[in-house]
Amino acid sequence: MLSRTADNLFWLARYMERADFVARIVEATQRLAALPQLTSDTGTEWESALEASGAAEGFHETKAKIEEATVVEYLTFAADNPSSIRNCIEWARANARAVRTALTVEVWESINVAWIELKRFEKGNLGSGRYDREDLTRFLEFVKRISLDYDGATHRTMLRNEAYWFSRLGLYIERADNTARILDVKYHVLLPQTEMIGGSLDYFQWTAILRAVSALTAYHWIYRESIKPWLIADLLVLRLEMPRSLIACYDNIARFLDSIGKDEAEPGKAQALAHQIMARLEQATTKDIFKIGLHEFITAFVEDNSLLGQTISEQYLLV
Amino acid sequence: MKPVDCFDEMTLPDGASRELYRKIAQWLETAPPDLLLSRQSHAELMFRRIGITFAVYGDKDATERLIPFDIIPRLISRRKWTHLETGLIQRVKAINLFLADIYGPQEIVKSGKIPAEMIETNPFFLKAMIGVSVPHGIFVHIAGIDLVRTGEDAFYVLEDNVRTPSGVSYMLENREVMMRLIPDLFAEHRVAPVENYPDALLASLRSVAPPGASGVPVIALLTPGQYNSAYYEHSFLADKLGIELVEGRDLLVQDDIVYMRTTKGPRRVDVIYRRIDDDFLDPQAFLPESAIGVKGLMRAYLAGNVTLANAVGTGIADDKAIYTFMPDIIHFYLGEKPILDNVPTWRCREPDALQYVLEHLPELVVKEVNGSGGYGMLVGPHAAKAQIGEFAAKLREHPDRFIAQPTLALSTCPAVFASGVAPRHVDLRPFVLAGSDGIRVVPGGLTRVAMEHGSLVVNSSQGGGTKDTWIVEEPAG
Repeated sequence: MLSRTADNLFWLARYMERADFVARIVEATQRLAALPQLTSDTGTEWESALEASGAAEGFHETKAKIEEATVVEYLTFAADNPSSIRNCIEWARANARAVRTALTVEVWESINVAWIELKRFEKGNLGSGRYDREDLTRFLEFVKRISLDYDGATHRTMLRNEAYWFSRLGLYIERADNTARILDVKYHVLLPQTEMIGGSLDYFQWTAILRAVSALTAYHWIYRESIKPWLIADLLVLRLEMPRSLIACYDNIARFLDSIGKDEAEPGKAQALAHQIMARLEQATTKDIFKIGLHEFITAFVEDNSLLGQTISEQYLLV
Repeated sequence: MKPVDCFDEMTLPDGASRELYRKIAQWLETAPPDLLLSRQSHAELMFRRIGITFAVYGDKDATERLIPFDIIPRLISRRKWTHLETGLIQRVKAINLFLADIYGPQEIVKSGKIPAEMIETNPFFLKAMIGVSVPHGIFVHIAGIDLVRTGEDAFYVLEDNVRTPSGVSYMLENREVMMRLIPDLFAEHRVAPVENYPDALLASLRSVAPPGASGVPVIALLTPGQYNSAYYEHSFLADKLGIELVEGRDLLVQDDIVYMRTTKGPRRVDVIYRRIDDDFLDPQAFLPESAIGVKGLMRAYLAGNVTLANAVGTGIADDKAIYTFMPDIIHFYLGEKPILDNVPTWRCREPDALQYVLEHLPELVVKEVNGSGGYGMLVGPHAAKAQIGEFAAKLREHPDRFIAQPTLALSTCPAVFASGVAPRHVDLRPFVLAGSDGIRVVPGGLTRVAMEHGSLVVNSSQGGGTKDTWIVEEPAG
């Protein structure tokens, strides 16, 4: 496969995954910000939404005041935010268009139809800078649906060859980054002692995290008990059955990298690094993680993950 | 403007429908107008979903525009098609012999049939190709020959496109859409299939691999990239052929061998179906500023290590000045009479012709010898006085840059509009494939439609549309 094609597929998947994540962040934050206890200072919720989606720095440069309408605009339609949902879909399509031949009709259509619909939303209230909660709800539903369409089309129709593996690699690297980011932004509410403070506020904070990675129901199914912060960390870091947990992402990453490198005489740097990160996750326990410090653990993970992204690029995509 | 008195392919002058179109006419009569329009918009939606778009240069808002598609098929009888096909094969054969000759011994110039300066001063005559023997002696592997019709049996060749002709994806997609949209009508006719075109193209490309090629030749389609107006077609064809779609930056040349950069390292490429113009192919050989080309590609080509389809330098054969010599060219190389006629053409470089053209501008079509896409041409009957004056000045200054033709009464076919069904002028571009194993023509082609009432310009860059073209068995009786 052409290196450029692999690169486009990898980023196409990343952008689609990112669009979905940003949509979920906006949705979860909206719920949180609407809670009566918080009405006095909803700014911090929107601030952490910016941080979780890696857009805080860019937003501050715009000098806009942090409030619901401005942040939502920045995260959804802003042209100058490289990770706004609009830009994610634009970039996803640009990448898809460049590699039409590596995609099935179904995958291409899922992205192209998403893009056509995006153009329609752009002409509506939100795209024209008029904040409208009802439109926003519809828009976020749309974004979540298209990532399902894309994902399903990829899963159901693509040959299991390099094209598929590089797509999946992009998706899981991005997903691992997203899950880690939300954990990092919210880690303070997950520290064991916050349970002592208790109260409904934390409960909503915790469920917001779970919602952002669509894991609320999964939590109940797995633990069958009320929300406990350390169990959230357990779920999102160490649970193999949770599709967005760091370990589940790395289980996939290591597997797909092995498939990609199966004809190579010896494992490449990317393969070695992926297995190393996976081994670290396999050996970890929640107890260890809180001992090292959740924040420190996650920060180290984010760095490893981005190093792996770089290594994959050097090894396969930018030759 | 008044519609030119012309041949309508469906309707006889007395208003009755021709036998060939009987079922189409019945369908148009019985189908409610709403139905036609809703099918039409359904077709558009399908095209947009698939992503069949067309970029128009210089139009910022329309970077991805759809080519208008008309759902009424254009019918040509099998008998007429067989005649056209024979003529097309003859023409492409002659063009290939002509190219091999003018980059070789130049017998045709020596014989006095074509003036030497027509070749030497022609911007499309590439000195780099003199004395080069291309693999299997084939220069033109893919040709799009534009035909126009003015009467029951009167077909003319309007233009030979032998550089990087486009439009074949529309021929294929139009058929797909028609089969889905009006399956009943389709089933009632016995339409010759076109879907084997990609197979035929692949076979042709494989047959011209250079001698040192891999066992199964590796073929790639070279595109200028996704911002090119025909990018959709490039990706469509690469997909149907199962070959890599490469950009210049995906290729590299080492020791005069062409490789593509893959996730498994460099891989040798044997045949390049290039959709990039000669000038941009290789910044070391041609335009140094070309960012879409491949450094060293010409060296590899001249060393015989890669086949380019079409060959470099074919532009001389579809130049409009050389076009006027096509009957002589066919006769010179094949000893045959041309089966398909040229449109009568005045070469403005000849003083007598120039005089005639200047005197009759309002009734002629004047074209730039090296122009394409319908740019820079004058359609006399539709031009304003001032425009005619402007053109006359240009003609006097550079007569050798222009040719002129009578304004042909192009045939019309019915097309669907919000206001109802109305006739529109059409042309036809069949695609001819030449390999070392022979010449192939898929029955059909791209019918282009001038969507504006009375207009004769069918180019998609000028708002023209397309139709599906059906080669059908003659109705019995």
